[in-house]
Amino acid sequence: MTIEPLEQLVQSFEIAGQDFSRAGEVSSKIRRILQQIGAPVETIRRTSVATYEAEMNVVIHAQSGRIDLSADRCAIQITVSDVGPGIVDLDLAMQPGYSTASEEVREMGFGAGMGLSNMARCADDLSIDSVVGQGTTVKMQFRTNG
Amino acid sequence: MEHENSVFHAVRLIEEKCRGCVNCIKHCPTEAIRVRRGKAEILDVRCIDCGECIRVCPNHAKTAIADSLERLRDYRVTVALPAPALYGQFDDQIKPEQVLQGLIDLGFDDVFEVAFGADLVSVLVRRELQKPGVIRPMISSACPAVIRLIQVRFPNLVDHIVPVCSPLRIAARLARPEAARRFGVSPEEVGLFFISPCPGKVSAVAEPVGYRTSAVDGAIPICEVYGPLSRAMRDRKAAGQPQARVRSSGSGIGWARAGGENQAVALGRQISVDGVHNVIDIFEDIERGKLSQVDYVEALACTGGCVGGVLTVENPFIARRRIRMLSERPGPEDAPGLEELVEALDDSIFRHDEPISPRSITALADDMEEAIRRVERLERVLETLPGLDCGSCGAPTCQALAEDIVRNEARETDCVFVLRKRVQDLAEELVELSSKLPPAMNHQQVDIASWADGVLRVEEEPAPRS
Repeated sequence: MTIEPLEQLVQSFEIAGQDFSRAGEVSSKIRRILQQIGAPVETIRRTSVATYEAEMNVVIHAQSGRIDLSADRCAIQITVSDVGPGIVDLDLAMQPGYSTASEEVREMGFGAGMGLSNMARCADDLSIDSVVGQGTTVKMQFRTNG
Repeated sequence: MEHENSVFHAVRLIEEKCRGCVNCIKHCPTEAIRVRRGKAEILDVRCIDCGECIRVCPNHAKTAIADSLERLRDYRVTVALPAPALYGQFDDQIKPEQVLQGLIDLGFDDVFEVAFGADLVSVLVRRELQKPGVIRPMISSACPAVIRLIQVRFPNLVDHIVPVCSPLRIAARLARPEAARRFGVSPEEVGLFFISPCPGKVSAVAEPVGYRTSAVDGAIPICEVYGPLSRAMRDRKAAGQPQARVRSSGSGIGWARAGGENQAVALGRQISVDGVHNVIDIFEDIERGKLSQVDYVEALACTGGCVGGVLTVENPFIARRRIRMLSERPGPEDAPGLEELVEALDDSIFRHDEPISPRSITALADDMEEAIRRVERLERVLETLPGLDCGSCGAPTCQALAEDIVRNEARETDCVFVLRKRVQDLAEELVELSSKLPPAMNHQQVDIASWADGVLRVEEEPAPRS
């Protein structure tokens, strides 16, 4: 039996830090692409929520960032990397409700401290690489059970 | 009416009137219309019967098919099920009981108010919201165009639809046995006719979503009964007092306007969204998980709610004010104990009898491998399109054309700009080729060279574009 390589989709998107008016655009684009490739509804739901949270984290905390999407029949990989302050205490940051967002950001209804815990809940696999003063990279994987 | 595999649609094109302009394709919330061979073509799988195209067509080339009053003859006993929006269509002096009596004078044997169904739904939705651990926010099941919108564009949100029937469904389920008993006929001999404000509900009657069969036998547009009903009410006024009894509360009638359902349910953190494009925005927020602080979303495809339906007669803003006045009249407390009635009835009356299944229109191919290849091609195609969304190709946007192209339903040269560029490239190639000479003719070289020089100069200073 020969195994044909899986068709793989790779795309990248830039995110502008601190631009709240456009926040969420990238995750909407990604959701549309996942719908276009016909990913299962449940996988799209989880990927959308987690990608939106990750995008918001970049907008809230970082100067700039990007999301790399790769998708094939079996899994969706979302990598969110930013140039920003980094995460000082990762364990603390993972706790639901813990937030370092400014008062101003919270007044806009963001930064409730649920971002990372939501991402962990939605993704099948999550890894975070962060260097204080340089930036953060979040890698998430979502299986399509396909 | 036709069923089976194809999706029934009340919204239709009147071909003779269509001039092939792009107004409808631009406003369609599901990009369900393409202009082909000079006429708008509605794509069945995408259309949600919201009626936006009927609203915007300057040539009145879009219409809704529905039943007429003639169909009353097909049944031994007929019952009218008026939408709450009907009460908002007449002068302030005309009371709901007069409207109901007018329907009877028109030839119906009885009336059963959908507003009363709405009263019961209000109780049931309140109960759903109180159940622990339910998915939030819940989305109202009342607007059939919104239900179809969720199926085709927001398949992720199907589980958010509140598991309670629409007011129409409940009214119909109660009306049939009641009329059969009252008139001593079998339930099949009863014809139930919904008096509808919109094509969405006409389609929902013909082909319900979430139910195996329709509970209603026909749907007659409000604008169709308006004239005869007005006359009947005038005649009755001259003849004597109206007799029909109003069963619904003010809150039930209030469902006809945006915000009315929330007012009737009156529990938890609710938002009311009307207008199909606003509904789409809110649904996108729900998909992002952004609305977790909201318990209930009343989502209505028409601006202003059902009074804004395209099959109504009165200006929706005026109708909305009347509905508000009617909804403020003494209400739920005189209605016979709704809570007790809900308890007494079999719970299945209030439920969908099959799941509302997603039927996403977004996937570019059934096979995921092929779909991935098409998404990649889509990106490349999009780069060649001008991004003007002019509609000349017959698709609403460049993005939509690109999707059609990768689905093999359109060609790149359908875009006038791409076509122009191709023609230009071809012309340039022709000029270039015309300067080439076989070596045997090179005694003309000098002349040809000066001629080619002229051509080059022309290219450097292109003539102004017309």
